[in-house]
Amino acid sequence: MHELSLSSAVVNTAVKHAGGRPVSVVSLRVGRLRQVVPDTLEFYFEFVARDTLCEGARLELEVVEARLRCNPCGTEWEIEIPAFRCPICGGSDVAIASGNEFEVESIEVEGPPPAAWRDRSEGDLGKEPECIAPR
Amino acid sequence: MHRTKVKVVEEALDANNTIAAANRADFDRAAVKVVNFMSAPGAGKTTLLERVVADLDGVRVGVLEGDVQGSMDADRLAGLHVPVIQLNTDPSFGGECHLDANMVRSAVPALPLEEIDLLIIENVGNLVCPAEFRVGEDARVMVCSITEGEDKPLKYPLMFRTCELVLVNKLDLLPHLDFDLDRLLYNIDQVHPDVERIVLSARTGKGVEAWRDWLVSIAAREEAVAAG
Repeated sequence: MHELSLSSAVVNTAVKHAGGRPVSVVSLRVGRLRQVVPDTLEFYFEFVARDTLCEGARLELEVVEARLRCNPCGTEWEIEIPAFRCPICGGSDVAIASGNEFEVESIEVEGPPPAAWRDRSEGDLGKEPECIAPR
Repeated sequence: MHRTKVKVVEEALDANNTIAAANRADFDRAAVKVVNFMSAPGAGKTTLLERVVADLDGVRVGVLEGDVQGSMDADRLAGLHVPVIQLNTDPSFGGECHLDANMVRSAVPALPLEEIDLLIIENVGNLVCPAEFRVGEDARVMVCSITEGEDKPLKYPLMFRTCELVLVNKLDLLPHLDFDLDRLLYNIDQVHPDVERIVLSARTGKGVEAWRDWLVSIAAREEAVAAG
């Protein structure tokens, strides 16, 4: 049931980047290695988004496959089950190339950006608004 | 209606991680090492603490006891004359099934950081949710008891992967169970290759010395950093 906390984190991240505008879509990338149940996350998202800029927003969830890379031998492979040893050299020095994501990729907002934002370079959010969704 | 797509690409748990970093800075300032201690309910976390906290080779230890409700665990540890702070996730935190960085932050003022070298945060019993939330720890330790079955590493890989030490507990029950210890150890190695493991029994004390030594070594890690 940590999806409740996770959905709050998603709403807060989206609101932070919305510039006071209503949010219609939140695109989220979730890696296979995260223990997130998509349906549960969507259920709580709708609940947590109430009375925030994300109220009524659609949560679009992209699942990212788990890919590993063996550092010594360079082998890259995709895993279905959680087995983290290199299948070629048997080594344990293995990096996660993808599958650990839990990130808000983008949001869609209604209306133009606030005047104060227009002259700023992309990605510069200035002072962040207070988090308004319950933690 | 004018619609704009805004590129974000931000880890949604950044807020938690930022607070965890603030906790860590407070702990570092006080030269306190912090262990986030996790397991399923009933795996033996509190008993494994009872066995070691009263005698850690001079390392002064404190415990932050996380539970949804009640202070049963804290009461057990209080008898051992170590500082124990109870942190309940209900009702202030909606009965959460894990501790997050903000909950631990709320407890920091109550912690006697100047009087301890090592803080053990006993997380809420749960193999899923605590794994997602950093709280400002230096090390993560989990307990997996053999009554839970050999397949648990495969079912809860995130927890097993994020811990640097796995305690395999309740070894004394092995003769009474249809349990394949080698299979469990193999599965742990599959999920987290080369992770440090200690097979022990909190009940008989077998292997407990290695657990105590590990905790003492964590505090020594801190002293090395402080000296440098």
